[in-house]
Amino acid sequence: MSVNTILDIQGLSKTYQQKTLNEHQVLKELSFQVNKGDFITVIGGNGSGKSSLLNAIAGSSIPDKGKILLSGKDITRLKEEQRADQIGRVFQDPLMGTAPRMTVAENLAIAFRRGKKRRFRRGITANEKELYMDLLAKLGLGLERRLDSEMGLLSGGQRQAITLLMATMKKPAILLLDEHTAALDPKTAQTILSLTSQRIKEEKLTALMITHNMQDALTYGNRLLMLDSGKIVMDLSQEEKESLTAESLILLFQQHSLGFDLSS
Amino acid sequence: MDLIVTATSQGFLWGIMALGIFMTYRILNLPDMTAEGAFPLGGAVAAQLILHGVSPVLATAISFVIGMLAGAITAWLITKGNVPDLLAGILTMTGLYSINLRILTRANLSLLGEERLTDFLSGLHLPSSFDTLFTGFMICTVLIFLLVSFFKTEIGQAVIATGDNERMARSMGISTSRMKAVGLMLSNGLVAMAGAMIAQDNGYADISMGIGTIVIGLAAVIIGEVVFGNLSFTHRLICVILGAIIYRLIILFVLLIGLEPNDLKLISAVILAFCLALPSLRKSMHLHFFDRKEQNER
Repeated sequence: MSVNTILDIQGLSKTYQQKTLNEHQVLKELSFQVNKGDFITVIGGNGSGKSSLLNAIAGSSIPDKGKILLSGKDITRLKEEQRADQIGRVFQDPLMGTAPRMTVAENLAIAFRRGKKRRFRRGITANEKELYMDLLAKLGLGLERRLDSEMGLLSGGQRQAITLLMATMKKPAILLLDEHTAALDPKTAQTILSLTSQRIKEEKLTALMITHNMQDALTYGNRLLMLDSGKIVMDLSQEEKESLTAESLILLFQQHSLGFDLSS
Repeated sequence: MDLIVTATSQGFLWGIMALGIFMTYRILNLPDMTAEGAFPLGGAVAAQLILHGVSPVLATAISFVIGMLAGAITAWLITKGNVPDLLAGILTMTGLYSINLRILTRANLSLLGEERLTDFLSGLHLPSSFDTLFTGFMICTVLIFLLVSFFKTEIGQAVIATGDNERMARSMGISTSRMKAVGLMLSNGLVAMAGAMIAQDNGYADISMGIGTIVIGLAAVIIGEVVFGNLSFTHRLICVILGAIIYRLIILFVLLIGLEPNDLKLISAVILAFCLALPSLRKSMHLHFFDRKEQNER
């Protein structure tokens, strides 16, 4: 493990419904390291373990075996809220990342205090509101005018843009993006993706992004992981990625899901 | 006129209970049955304390604290025991029945001739029921002010976020178990306090006074919402109290047209069922008696 490693996953295993007929292992001794500043795209078929991996890192499910070290600290068994100060997360469902009955400003104030102990202090201060205005204006979607609107009145794309801001406004050690554009229309998906890439560059974030879009997996990020049956079957560097087209990646993807050996 | 004043003053007292129901059903989004036990618990504790010479103000305050304990038990069952929300409340409520009987020592404890919370106004020689009206109004005003201030703090906002989107709250580092406990304790504290005040107003605490608590509380919450619409947080709290007053006036009306007090629970249930079904009824039967405003806007 080098000094540059921010996330170290060691031999992660997870089996659901152990010792029953429905037993299935979603993660099999999965190991890899993430360097500071990496933007890794993750691809893989349904049930390949992508989401299970993200859930294990975020703490919404606890692995059976293995270790997760984030910024050198063992977080494997911490509760989700206990590790939230280190982790920013955007879900697939655009409604999942925001509280619909709270205003945009109130949602941002919750995110501004991510991982901090809540006290009997003002939930939102006047200075904060100005900061939120600036941050929203930077998204370029005109959301700074909706600061006091209830979140539920905004569109899915607008809510996902705010979720992205909420996940990154207090710099996380790692940003987890779980197919966060899959539920949006193609145009909005592109907007959110370029905002994502913009935020990652601006804040020099480390990120893991699950995607089903092969082109996006190649266009964005500096490393690509392919998962199959709970294992990493391909780990491509920036240069290797650049030499691939979406078509050739799909081909590789199909070979893997059919179980071909790829060393040739 | 007298009857309307009485109904309104009772509306304020029941409104405090409805505020408690609002905390769980609306803010935490958690159907809490504990209230059915916490309400007579508050009445029993206050009655027994007053009979033992404790001042009514202190007795009412202690009821609030005891009610919070009841909420804490339900919260513990839900968050540590993983008991489903509804069942956890039913368990606490059922257990409380025996505890309430122990506190009361019999099914009904009379407070006739004892001191009451409203006695500090007796020097003013107000017409009957006006003392309850003023006391209720003042307490509701103070409570709404305190609740609004509380829900503006970081903890208050975290409670709201927990009820609004639990998964998001957790991913933002909010301990949702703790926030549920805060909400449930606050809610049942308010419900027990209302129980204490209503017992003093009625002149007795009764083991069965809790039956229908949730239906009445929810009816007040929903009448407030149906009549006044979707508003800001402060206004929503005020509307809960107004909803409780409207509810008492409806009850007064049905008693005046000749129904018996024994029919009250049935009437409460029908009123609540009607209010809950109203949005769907409106759609399916093309009724428009409550959305005049929308039509004007078109």
